[in-house]
Amino acid sequence: MPDTIPENSVGLVSAKTMHFDVPLALACGRTLDTYDLVYETYGELNADKSNAILICHALSSDHHAAGYNSMEDRKPGWWETCIGPGKVIDTNHFFVVCPNNLGGCKGSTGPTSINPESGKPYGPDFPIVTVKDWVESQARFADKLNIDSWLAVIGGSLGGMQVLQWNIDFPDRIKHAAVIAAAPKLTAQNIGFNEVARQAIMHDPDFYEGRYHDHDTVPRRGLMLARMLGHITYLSDDAMREKFGRELRQGKISYGFDVEFQVESYLRYQGESFVDRFDANTYLLMTKALDYFDPAGDYDDNLSTAMSFAKANFLVISFSSDWRFAPERSREIVKALQDNDHDVSYAEIEVPHGHDAFLIPIKEYLAVFGAWMSHLVNEVSA
Amino acid sequence: MKQQRPDLQTICEWVQPKTRILDLGCGDGTLLAMLKKERNVNGYGLEIEVSKIVKCIQAGVNAIHADLNAGLSDFDDRTFDYVVMTQALQAVDRPDRLLNDMLRVGNEGIVTFPNFGHWRSRLQLFFGGHMPVTRTLPSKWFNTQNIHLCTLQDFEQLCIDNKINILQRTVVDRAHKSSFLMKLFPNLLGEIAIYRIQNKT
Repeated sequence: MPDTIPENSVGLVSAKTMHFDVPLALACGRTLDTYDLVYETYGELNADKSNAILICHALSSDHHAAGYNSMEDRKPGWWETCIGPGKVIDTNHFFVVCPNNLGGCKGSTGPTSINPESGKPYGPDFPIVTVKDWVESQARFADKLNIDSWLAVIGGSLGGMQVLQWNIDFPDRIKHAAVIAAAPKLTAQNIGFNEVARQAIMHDPDFYEGRYHDHDTVPRRGLMLARMLGHITYLSDDAMREKFGRELRQGKISYGFDVEFQVESYLRYQGESFVDRFDANTYLLMTKALDYFDPAGDYDDNLSTAMSFAKANFLVISFSSDWRFAPERSREIVKALQDNDHDVSYAEIEVPHGHDAFLIPIKEYLAVFGAWMSHLVNEVSA
Repeated sequence: MKQQRPDLQTICEWVQPKTRILDLGCGDGTLLAMLKKERNVNGYGLEIEVSKIVKCIQAGVNAIHADLNAGLSDFDDRTFDYVVMTQALQAVDRPDRLLNDMLRVGNEGIVTFPNFGHWRSRLQLFFGGHMPVTRTLPSKWFNTQNIHLCTLQDFEQLCIDNKINILQRTVVDRAHKSSFLMKLFPNLLGEIAIYRIQNKT
């Protein structure tokens, strides 16, 4: 809980909800007749609506990107590092919008929402959504906000994938694009990790084929395991060594299977706290959206062709120790942009933090990002 | 105003307008910014230091983080009109391989490097008996980044060996002057060599 809100925070914020009743046809062939998107905004939209920035969130995050929802909040929004007055995404200049993706569990329509047909939560009946579906829903969201064109669409990890999709599907509605710690598609190893996570959830006896709400339970153990596995892959070997080493909680080995090493304690804590804030069906959906993402697939597996539609000015950032979304994957994006003569700058930041680095205030990272954003400030004030 | 690096003005004169350029080791983006403004070119700079990439971005130049010693494998054949490399040839692991890579990716290459055959260097080595430390080569032998220094003669021999055509050559001093005598004795009087090159055939 913050005693006082820091000056460079957007402060107390509250979510809003937007209702949609024009049916949304999804990639899977099904249709969502009505749905809600919950979102937060920071900063003020200017008169000609030229300063709006869309933030796309990653796998397990949501619309609460910055600030505090109450003075009781233990932590601020997930991208407090970058969003706020005077920060890289400067809310003194920009109108920043972050919606929770469809299929989420934080207010936007998803598996925990009531299915109007049955009067019960969708659960496993919620359709599988893709990155393309999200971008379509975000475009409709922009329509309702009367924002014709985003000054920038920005995202890290799965959020970066949405940024790429925006550039393919709505190139005329996006002027600048920042793709951070992302990839043009997942590797087999990456899909493998997601599959283990899903199996952990689906093999939990409390999963009941996704209908755990009917049984008044949740697949805690499975979701916890999924998160523990994910967490290992978001950190690097070096980061874990530095953070935990082989440190023992009791100072000695006890020859048992209780928590002995600090790293075990940390992972169990991460897993358990995740269960309290996340829905298992949503986790399954989100990992599928990740796995399916492959925009080049629609263009003979040629990413350069896929990105040929883009018109935005790009920034691509990767982190050296990120092995889940490795720098090589970012370079594939950069190459596809170069092939099309698009404006792009790229930096690989040398850090030990792994994939999670994009959430951490790292000096070089913020220097690159900030230099690029400062041009946007000039555009808005010009 | 900051003094212009002497080789950059020459490159600006050589480059055709509205062309596509790759600048290897682009530093803070000075050359690309200049070419963009004066020649309306587009392109990218490759740079290894993040702090310099920040400066490029500030200058509105597209900068890509890359290590020249890893080669140009991210770039397809003949995708740039010019591949430029100023004052970096002598600092890479294998200048010969990078030159070939440059001319694979670009239709033409433009290279500048400090001439080790300049009379000051020769004098210091001949009479002083020590590795030269000059205005264009200010570091000591043990801390210099310039690990593959050469003279004009050396460079031109490499071009012959690698079937590279020299399309244009000039030498300048630090003040960007190129005198009549310099043209007569470039390997002795030129401080910085500037070449425009192309693959034969």
